Amino acid sequence: MSVAAVTAGPKRGWRSVSTWTGALIVGAAAICAVFAPLLVPHDPFAQDLGKRLLVPFWMEGNNPDYILGTDQLGRDYLSRLIWGCRISMLIGVTVTIVSALIGITIGVLGGFLGGRVDDAVLFAITTRLSIPVVLVALAVVGLLGSSMTLLVITLGLLLWDRFAVVARSTTMQVRNLDFVAAAWCAGCSRFRILSCEVLPNIASHLVVVATLEIALAILLEATLSFLGLGVPPPLPSWGLMIAEAKDYMFFSPWVIVIPGVALFVLVLGVNLLGDGLRDLFGARTDP
Amino acid sequence: MLQFLVRRLIVAVLVAATVMTLAFILTRLSGDLAISIAGPNATQADVEAVRKAYGLDQPLITQFFNWVGNALSGDLGDSYFFKTRVSSLIAERMPVTLTLGLTGLVIALVVSLPLGILAAVRENTAFDRAVQVVTLLGQAMPSFWLGLLLMITLGLQLGWLPISGTGSWEHYVMPGIVLAFSAIPALTRLTRAGMIQAMGSDYIRTARAKGLSRASILLKHALRNAAIPVVAIAAVQLGFMLGGSIVIEQVFALHGVGFLAWESIGKNDFPVVQAVVLVLAVIYVALTMLADLMNAVLDPRLRGP
Amino acid sequence: MSALLEIEQLEVSFGGRTSAVRGASLSVERGETHCLVGESGCGKSVTALSVMNLLARGARRSARHLAFEGQDLQGLSDRGMARLRGNAMAMIFQEPMTSLNPAYTVGSQMTEVLRRHRHASQRVATDRAADLLARVGITGPGMRLGQFPHQLSGGLRQRVMIAMALMCEPKLLIADEPTTALDVTVQAQILRLLAQLQRDLGLGMLLITHDLGIVARVAHRVSVMYAGEVVESAATAELFANPKHPYTQGLLRCVPVPGKTRRDEPLGSIPGTVPRIGPGFEGCAFRERCGFADQTCAHTIPRHAAGPDHEFLCRLPA
Repeated sequence: MSVAAVTAGPKRGWRSVSTWTGALIVGAAAICAVFAPLLVPHDPFAQDLGKRLLVPFWMEGNNPDYILGTDQLGRDYLSRLIWGCRISMLIGVTVTIVSALIGITIGVLGGFLGGRVDDAVLFAITTRLSIPVVLVALAVVGLLGSSMTLLVITLGLLLWDRFAVVARSTTMQVRNLDFVAAAWCAGCSRFRILSCEVLPNIASHLVVVATLEIALAILLEATLSFLGLGVPPPLPSWGLMIAEAKDYMFFSPWVIVIPGVALFVLVLGVNLLGDGLRDLFGARTDP
Repeated sequence: MLQFLVRRLIVAVLVAATVMTLAFILTRLSGDLAISIAGPNATQADVEAVRKAYGLDQPLITQFFNWVGNALSGDLGDSYFFKTRVSSLIAERMPVTLTLGLTGLVIALVVSLPLGILAAVRENTAFDRAVQVVTLLGQAMPSFWLGLLLMITLGLQLGWLPISGTGSWEHYVMPGIVLAFSAIPALTRLTRAGMIQAMGSDYIRTARAKGLSRASILLKHALRNAAIPVVAIAAVQLGFMLGGSIVIEQVFALHGVGFLAWESIGKNDFPVVQAVVLVLAVIYVALTMLADLMNAVLDPRLRGP
Repeated sequence: MSALLEIEQLEVSFGGRTSAVRGASLSVERGETHCLVGESGCGKSVTALSVMNLLARGARRSARHLAFEGQDLQGLSDRGMARLRGNAMAMIFQEPMTSLNPAYTVGSQMTEVLRRHRHASQRVATDRAADLLARVGITGPGMRLGQFPHQLSGGLRQRVMIAMALMCEPKLLIADEPTTALDVTVQAQILRLLAQLQRDLGLGMLLITHDLGIVARVAHRVSVMYAGEVVESAATAELFANPKHPYTQGLLRCVPVPGKTRRDEPLGSIPGTVPRIGPGFEGCAFRERCGFADQTCAHTIPRHAAGPDHEFLCRLPA
């Protein structure tokens, strides 16, 4: 008698196709980001008005030197795409580091100390959630001018809510577990308990949140750059590339399709990786 | 119940107050406003005149309390650029933004509810996995890019829909779809999870034991319980949509509140920017309170013994 | 005339791996309470659920014979089955706290059964619901109809479940551990109620329980289940007086009897635990824990009769 397997759900964790796809995408993006200066076929900033709007390789009349064609100022598309990847990854990671520091600190304090501190933390989170993020980010950049540092700080100050929420709820759960009580009884200081017992146990959940926040930061930066108030030009942010191409998009749609696809694929890859990590760790991303 | 609502109201007021303060600080970040308003070619005398005219020579605290006092009575100041009251500017543009937001929400619900229900009924089948893939794709999609793509395809190449302005209901279709895209993944997942949980519960087993029809079990018994968190989240999503409408309004040239804010940032029109941030925050807080209210209405257990 | 409910050699497995039921046979007559008794995990609840085909997805049910009032149940489509459920046969469950939909009133959940099966009007259905609530001993039935489940206590909810099951005048009532989740005093009330209803309405009742005390009180016939099989079945008095299967004997030894069990005597217990049965298992499932086992117990076990209406599954003579 054969043993038929119970209908299993999609393969989970590290065996999953989607997780490996995500990891592959993120890996490729990381390589592009780190080795961009070595990988670009041309200088992404070099303009050549004689070679404006060349078509990509799959269309008639393309120039084999410029595989993905050129933009309206004659700059090589592929080079700008690779450089844009570096910018997206850089922003994504730095913003996430800043928001993680803020959010995890707030969340852990609220979850661990409870009482009034927790009330204050919840109030801060509620206030943060009611603020229209894109609008405020635009306003800050609009008022103070574009710069990478300002952008990272602003986005970091606006995107910490998910970290805080998850850090708080997981800390509250862990705080009530027996081994924490045991450490308490053994006379460990609060600080020790936080660093040795609480943090290691909430880390996996926070890693998952981090990947999802990186995706969000990348999307947000692209949106801001699209509106002209993100990364300072002439840095080739993908959002900026789409904005610059908007005037030509009806005649040459590929100019907005290419960077858009790149953005979409990168964000998708990060999300897939994050979902895979969540399944692997059995982590929760919602309280 | 009443006590709960009162507490939420107090929190709402405090949040609004905090946002008011933050909005004020936000616009004062760049230092001397008078210089920005007066422009690059102004002389010292011009700057002084501007400073006096806009009350910027008063101490910051006085300015703040003036702003708060006025705001409470509905006076959100005057726009530097349009030379009219900010409140009337916002009131003028609000219908566009609200229409856009509601269109987006309706489209999102019309898509995600059936999708979530079907995915739950066919849990772990190819259909379910397809729905999860669609959810993932929706989450990764940059909204402004989607807007542009839709413009090119539906607007230009197929000529089905207008690509900018606010003439008729057709003008809201593409922007509404783009907005809906941001909410569909979360709502679909929530509906699916809620339905799966409801379908596995004891009261559904009782309903089956009573010989009720499949439709009745699914839609009357299960959905009624699964929908409770979905409705609440939908209200919150509307809040996010209204707050995030600035991008869509810019792409599709819809003259709503978001577009107004965008213009005002470009022109350093601080009172407008400040006021829009406040208004959007207040709307969001009101919507979360509405969400809590709906929870209480839909779930008899929350109404008390 | 055929019995109200006939089950012959029922087998239920989940996902081809776990055999929850490996051969259950029993029959319930009109006006009779038949108790299916056994410990947790023996498959008694699964047996009850498979009669009404309420098993979870992924369950495989098969029986040599499965009939209600002579009509074969296995060949029925889900629609056909739905016509019987809540109508000619009804079921009540163990957890009254979660078995009622929290979002709808008691009244609406009761009336929908009658409206579904008999196309009754709302007025007629409401009247009948109020009648039944009174019948099961609930005071102020009119008010109760408008209440929500969370406003009622566990005992009240179970009474509502019983009343709801009776809406369409069923012939068979299946009760899956109806009193297990209730307080002891409430248990007694519910049992009394069930017995009375059965007498008044001539119901056939299949009562699932793990409590021998309940069996002694209300059952006309008993089937004892162990590891997915019915190992002994008899009339109640006969079973208690003359248990033939070693498991039944062990069970009865575990129960203290006032007047009989002496204070200094240790209560009986059955050493070992219930084994996990996979497909392809042969022989007696109790052999690891039985004092009388030998190597023939590893092969097919004969079914003996120990008198009219008293059967048991053991190699030992009657």
